[in-house]
Amino acid sequence: MANSYLDISGVSIEFPTPNGPFKALDNVNLKIEKGEFISLIGHSGCGKSTVLNIVAGLYNATQGGVILQGKEVLQPGPDRAVVFQNHSLFPWLTCYENVRLAVDKVMKGKPKAERHEWTEYNLELVHMGHAMHKRPDEISGGMKQRVGIARALSMQPKVLLMDEPFGALDALTRAHMQDSLTEIQAELNNTVIMITHDVDEAVLLSDRIVMMTNGPAATIGEILHVDLERPRERLELADDPTYNHYRAEVLKFLHERHAKKDVPQSTKKATTTTSDAADKKEEDKKDVAA
Amino acid sequence: MLNRSIRFFELTGMNWLIPIANLLAGKNPKAQLNQLLASIGAPLVAFLIFLLLWSTAASNIKTSLGNLPGPSQTWEQFESLVDEHTAARDKEAAFYQRQEDRNAKRIEQGKEPKDIRPYTGAPTFFDQIFTSLYTVFIGFAVATIIAIPVGIICGLNSTIYTGLNPLIQIFRPVSPLAWLPIVTMVVSALYTTDDPFFAKSFITSALTVTLCSLWPTLINTTVGVSTIDKDLINVSRVLRLSWMTQIFKVVIPASLPMIFTGLRLSLGVGWMVLIAAEMLAQNPGLGKFVWDEFQNGSSNSLGRILVAVFVIGIIGFLLDRIMLTLQKSVSHDKTQEIR
Repeated sequence: MANSYLDISGVSIEFPTPNGPFKALDNVNLKIEKGEFISLIGHSGCGKSTVLNIVAGLYNATQGGVILQGKEVLQPGPDRAVVFQNHSLFPWLTCYENVRLAVDKVMKGKPKAERHEWTEYNLELVHMGHAMHKRPDEISGGMKQRVGIARALSMQPKVLLMDEPFGALDALTRAHMQDSLTEIQAELNNTVIMITHDVDEAVLLSDRIVMMTNGPAATIGEILHVDLERPRERLELADDPTYNHYRAEVLKFLHERHAKKDVPQSTKKATTTTSDAADKKEEDKKDVAA
Repeated sequence: MLNRSIRFFELTGMNWLIPIANLLAGKNPKAQLNQLLASIGAPLVAFLIFLLLWSTAASNIKTSLGNLPGPSQTWEQFESLVDEHTAARDKEAAFYQRQEDRNAKRIEQGKEPKDIRPYTGAPTFFDQIFTSLYTVFIGFAVATIIAIPVGIICGLNSTIYTGLNPLIQIFRPVSPLAWLPIVTMVVSALYTTDDPFFAKSFITSALTVTLCSLWPTLINTTVGVSTIDKDLINVSRVLRLSWMTQIFKVVIPASLPMIFTGLRLSLGVGWMVLIAAEMLAQNPGLGKFVWDEFQNGSSNSLGRILVAVFVIGIIGFLLDRIMLTLQKSVSHDKTQEIR
């Protein structure tokens, strides 16, 4: 226990509501090694984002806690950079300035030229070098998300937290972004926790897929080790029996063992993506309650 | 050059000038003329109808000061106000010239020159416009200096907002006419110097403007700050920005569009309030002009008051356009239409 890089141990959280406390998470335990890519998957409203926010330090667990490299996480910080679903770039700053704001914060005291170079390096890494002096409202959704990722990477976080980073993008752009992320991951070997609704995305990118039960009082249902060789090629894997086996495992978990009672089985696939927004709203409500 | 002037017109909301600019540049004259007709044709027709209705109505209304002036009489009064202004300026110049001539003579005769005495003629209509503008800007500036910080604090802290909200709601609808007597008495009591830099009437008017134009900025700033995207706040928490950096790099830029919406409303309210305040406080601006003409009661008075009405309206419109331009230039979403 003492040796793991990131240790989420016995985390429970309750949100006060007018009708008494609402227990969103119950006894979540997860140990993550350095350089691991973890996906969190589960139905809408099961508390995936809450787990991520606790690791980020944006929420504090009611019971249990998160230990990163032997230190307890008590507040947010740049060592746990977050990529939010809706890019969250400052609209009045250019892409460069958005990244530079983070760089200036984490590289305080370094010479200006070095900070400038590091900002540009990270934008180049996500292939945004050509548009770095544009404002967020002048670029597409996928490009904004790239800048969001560049900003997070520029902080050189110990853990990179991604909250449905590609959820708001169309399928083609999403595939493109996944390939980019694979490429960056191969180069930097970050420790990543990513929330997703997309089964293919989870299998393609992850070392382990953490499947969560339905809320309230959600917890980890199963953990699936994905033993696929890297680099993984989307097209080759499409016919790969192991890949399809993993895919089936996740689907079975979501749709057989932990199906949502209020949603008819046949429409599940479609609703998982459209319910993203609803999920987000629910999460927001909790924020207000908290 | 062409594109730059078009962008300027768009920013200032003078879209109807765009076809003229295009026309001057010789770009597709037929289409430009049609566009021009569409954009200024309708307002022109409406204005002509208005003038017609005005002049017929005016000739049928008899007051104790003669007929209600129509457009042509009002225009005459405007011209006479301009004449009076130039005459007063000539008189002023002559007054100083006389003193200088006299001093030159004294020097010739080996005597000490006398100090130049300031001209004390009555302010003209145009002097009064500038007094009004100056007063409204001071009042508005003071309101802004108070409203923006208080609004930011209210937006950030819901407890403070809950505490202040009833007070804001109670004082917001109070008419300037109700404030004025209190402000007058307070200013008389507190502002007692032998050699006042500002006239009391000026301070009273400006403070009344402040009291009334505070609220739109305060409320809009509060709303702007409290509705900042939660993710943006989370980003600044992850970055561990210091409190000051968070205010100046995140909170203020994010709520700037709303702040400017509030400022625009505030300046509009301030200008409206000022006229009433000047009337009662006897601050030498447009309000006093209207009041004096009303008390004067000559056959020209109503025409002169109507000139003032138009001038007040046009200046209010110009002020609003200036604020609109500022508002557009700070908006993050350039595609959004702000009118």
